Amino acid sequence: MDGSVQTEDTWTVAGRTFRSRLIVGTGKYKDYAQNAAAAEAAGAEIVTVALRRVNLSDPSQPMLVDYVKPDRFTYLPNTAGCFTGEEAVRTLRLAREAGGWDLVKLEVLSNTKHLLPDMEETLRALKLLVAEGFQVMVYCSDDPVYAVKLEEAGAAAIMPAAAPIGSGRGIQNALNLALIIEQAKVPVLVDAGVGTASDAVVAMELGCDAVLMNTAIAQAQDPIRMARAMKHAVIAGREAYLAGRMPKRMYAEPSSPLSGLI
Amino acid sequence: MQLTVNGETRSFQGPPNVAALVAELGLDARKVAVERNLEIVPKSAYAATAIADGDRIEIVHFIGGG
Repeated sequence: MDGSVQTEDTWTVAGRTFRSRLIVGTGKYKDYAQNAAAAEAAGAEIVTVALRRVNLSDPSQPMLVDYVKPDRFTYLPNTAGCFTGEEAVRTLRLAREAGGWDLVKLEVLSNTKHLLPDMEETLRALKLLVAEGFQVMVYCSDDPVYAVKLEEAGAAAIMPAAAPIGSGRGIQNALNLALIIEQAKVPVLVDAGVGTASDAVVAMELGCDAVLMNTAIAQAQDPIRMARAMKHAVIAGREAYLAGRMPKRMYAEPSSPLSGLI
Repeated sequence: MQLTVNGETRSFQGPPNVAALVAELGLDARKVAVERNLEIVPKSAYAATAIADGDRIEIVHFIGGG
């Protein structure tokens, strides 16, 4: 390869192909304008969104769709806040009617302290959603055994947490993530736990297809700049993964030849 | 008639259908989804979907989330 011509590196989920391997959330920003600017700076093509009751007392308040436009970004509706399969199904039926999307993010949480997924309920909800024709990207624990069960139940993507949502603790489970990536036939995304750019690099170097993050960008001191950093981090990690890293050695190996010394 | 909309009890005067309710609430029908007594109301059926006294209506939209 001469460095100037490269085959386009894309990834595909549920029949949709994307160039960007960074999915960003739309929560916790100062306002929707900053949110939209961060999504642009991240180079994201997919954004996660939540579904909530409209504010009846102020119907003129700003709406997400007016800033982060659905014709520019693929909306990935989530089931954040759902604790049962039935709640998740109800939420995503409404999301499908709100926008016509069948590509969705399932998350069924266990408790509000660590927000880790209830995998038994997640698997049950997945089966309900698949039966209704949804294409489901599944937020899950880093358990390789459950990852297989999700895939067998028809998950469109496996999305293990690297650390609790919003914790910013980085990749706590590289070995489990690697096992999940190795066995999966559908895309694997790290979803949750990334805190800074190096975490995104590590996730991509492990061989993830993409990374999903929200808080790491939204709660940075300068969210737009962090969005840009994350864009580069995901590209760097992906390129390093494709390039194949050098072996680790116990001892030094000189970079300059020892022969011909004066 | 009395309706429960998003958990709040409200009086509603207009023609008894979903389209009129959404309009009276000042909402853009293109940007919301509506559930009537736990059943999704397709956007194409707002005008044709009657509402009755005591109905429980949920009106939702997309907001920021992770």
